[in-house]
Amino acid sequence: MNNLIFLPIVLPLIASVIAAFFPKKLNLSRKFAQITSVILTIMTAALTWHVLTNGTIVVQSGGWEAPFGISIVGDGLSMILVMTTYIIGTAAVFYAPSVLDKQQESFYFYAFFFLLISGVSGAFMTGDLFNLFVFFEVLLIASYGLIVLGNGKVQLRESMKYVLFNVFSSMLFVTAIAFIYAITGTVNFAQLAERVEYVEQAGILTTVAIILFFVFAVKAAIFPLYYWLPNSYVVPNAVVSALFGALLTKVGIYSILRVFTLIFVHDTGVTHQIFIWLAMFTMLFGVIGALSTNNVKLIITYNIIPAVGFMLMGIGLYTEDAIAGSVYYLMHDMVIKGALFFLIGALIVAAGTKDLREMSGVIQKFPLLGWIFFVASLILAGVPPFSGFIGKILLLRGGLEQEEFLLVIIALISSLLILFSMMRIFIRGFWGDLMDNISDDRKRVRNLTIPGVVLVSISIFLGVGAEAVYPHVESIANMLMDRTDYISSVLKE
Amino acid sequence: MEIIMTGLASILFGAGIYNLLQKQLLRIVVGTVLVSHGAHLYFLTMAQLKRGAPPLVVDGVTEYADPLPQALVLTAIVIAFGVTSFLLVLAYRTYTLNKTDNMEELRGSDHE
Amino acid sequence: MAHTNDIILKTMTQLIAFILLGFSIYLFFAGHNAPGGGFIGGLMTAAAIILMYITYGYEKIEQILPINFTTMFVAGLGIATLAGIGSIVLGHPFLSQTFEYYNLPIMGETELATALIFDLGVYLGVVGVTMTIILTIATDSDAKEDEEKAEA
Repeated sequence: MNNLIFLPIVLPLIASVIAAFFPKKLNLSRKFAQITSVILTIMTAALTWHVLTNGTIVVQSGGWEAPFGISIVGDGLSMILVMTTYIIGTAAVFYAPSVLDKQQESFYFYAFFFLLISGVSGAFMTGDLFNLFVFFEVLLIASYGLIVLGNGKVQLRESMKYVLFNVFSSMLFVTAIAFIYAITGTVNFAQLAERVEYVEQAGILTTVAIILFFVFAVKAAIFPLYYWLPNSYVVPNAVVSALFGALLTKVGIYSILRVFTLIFVHDTGVTHQIFIWLAMFTMLFGVIGALSTNNVKLIITYNIIPAVGFMLMGIGLYTEDAIAGSVYYLMHDMVIKGALFFLIGALIVAAGTKDLREMSGVIQKFPLLGWIFFVASLILAGVPPFSGFIGKILLLRGGLEQEEFLLVIIALISSLLILFSMMRIFIRGFWGDLMDNISDDRKRVRNLTIPGVVLVSISIFLGVGAEAVYPHVESIANMLMDRTDYISSVLKE
Repeated sequence: MEIIMTGLASILFGAGIYNLLQKQLLRIVVGTVLVSHGAHLYFLTMAQLKRGAPPLVVDGVTEYADPLPQALVLTAIVIAFGVTSFLLVLAYRTYTLNKTDNMEELRGSDHE
Repeated sequence: MAHTNDIILKTMTQLIAFILLGFSIYLFFAGHNAPGGGFIGGLMTAAAIILMYITYGYEKIEQILPINFTTMFVAGLGIATLAGIGSIVLGHPFLSQTFEYYNLPIMGETELATALIFDLGVYLGVVGVTMTIILTIATDSDAKEDEEKAEA
């Protein structure tokens, strides 16, 4: 049974190789990708259930015991994130045929897609700092392949910046690992945690921790390092934007969550206090960006940034409630960002334009799209009883406990502004007089809406069914705060 | 020896970052290459440069070099190789499509 | 492509490409327990092939070596992954390896390791990706088309 924990990483890799053999046979690759991702999702769900009920699974690749081998750790946090990744991936595969043109789809889209899924799952499940770097690179290389799909002029221009930024931060990552290896002599998470504890996180380790945070902050788009994000996420195709928005920044925030709840936790006065300040600025500046534009896709893209701020806030507060809030919010945000990008892609097809000033009355022709978008906006803003609300209430409770009132106020204001930015799309784009540039291709728009509907209903379940989900999140937060479970299950003392 | 290597790595970093801040696309790509070399050299140096046999189990050899940083740096070099070659193709395509390799002319916030 | 008559280059290429290919194969087989390996062997093979491309021109080598390097890369990736998966099927952790000594004809007692299969994947992958990238830039056949696209 233990060995099966490799499958979420290895099987998509194999699927990627297989898909790369027949990129031009579109029908075949579509069917292959859809069937494979459904099977993989079911399998991952079963694995996740097994881990949630029976506890953490650890496997050492190549049979080398930790800390010498590379550990793959399937604990609760990793597994629920991997499962969410698979759900979004499956929705994306069903969404892709209607939104990509044939030339884009046949240029190894499915191969890159599975490679991305493999990299993201690997990054969630690895128990080794250097291996985290490797999986970051796997998912980044897949994302480089996806971002240039279509080869547009503006697209290449923005891709260039995206790639350069990521290459530079990857090299900083290597440097940070070099520092850590020089100081502690290990790169295994569990052993690092032990050794850092042993020296009580001496000053130099805190410095290194901040370098590492800088690297993750670039990937997660935290203030002031988010400026690469809006332009490079808005230029690719809607399905690619959805995958990026739902998965890539979340890998960055997961890494921060893992490293700063497991390893660098002995100097919270410095590190976690910085997080709180950065979280405030991230929330404010992101939402201001969302209000500043009329490009509907750019509005959604900017909305990624305040969500990252919310999750960082939970890590900064570092209480059990707040961490639970971050974990809940992480899950919720992956699902809802995927859904919103899908729906915005459908809206752009339906309205025939990206400019909010040129669209109106879409709901008269496409009522389902309109109302689902409305519900998704409410979920994103955190209106009760939806899932955003549960995450936010936990975060705010943590904030009040720690008496960070300024943070709580800014979080509330930015939630309100998020709602405002979304309602701007709804009121100006969906309501009003029917414009004549609206598409008549009902079938295509319906195909584009359905994956969004599925994700929104999962998100509704996360909120309404919180009774069923919350106990698991609480026990995950419990395990994150009390690090002994992770360390002992990896090192087998 | 470590001090010389650290100095060399810092020169590579400096040269790389100087190149990254240039306007020409090709110089920027060269800059990323230099920065990655600096990072790899730095990794090897930080793990201590030791004299000794290769890290293979052979009778009669007691002094081993530390294998872990070598394995890690090799992985990082392979990754840097792949990413750099992709970056070259991307830079070339960007140049042919946009007809400029000047970063000043590649800025903008219009979204098609 | 203009025809040049580089006697020195052509003669030397015959010799050097041969040495490079031979040495790359040696490196590949040495890889699992001595310096060498699939990555370095692959790069060296790619270097030899590129040298031949430079000397004899694109069309000629295309005829002699009708290999789709993209497929080669994908196949290499597949072999490497399957080599890792094989150990899962047999109940060992991912990427486990083993080795055994065999008495082969001519070569005598030889060590065969399962790591070699993984290395073969790496080798094919490296040759494939290097050649794909270099040939893509070198034979940019749709450059004209792109310029038209950019103007439109």
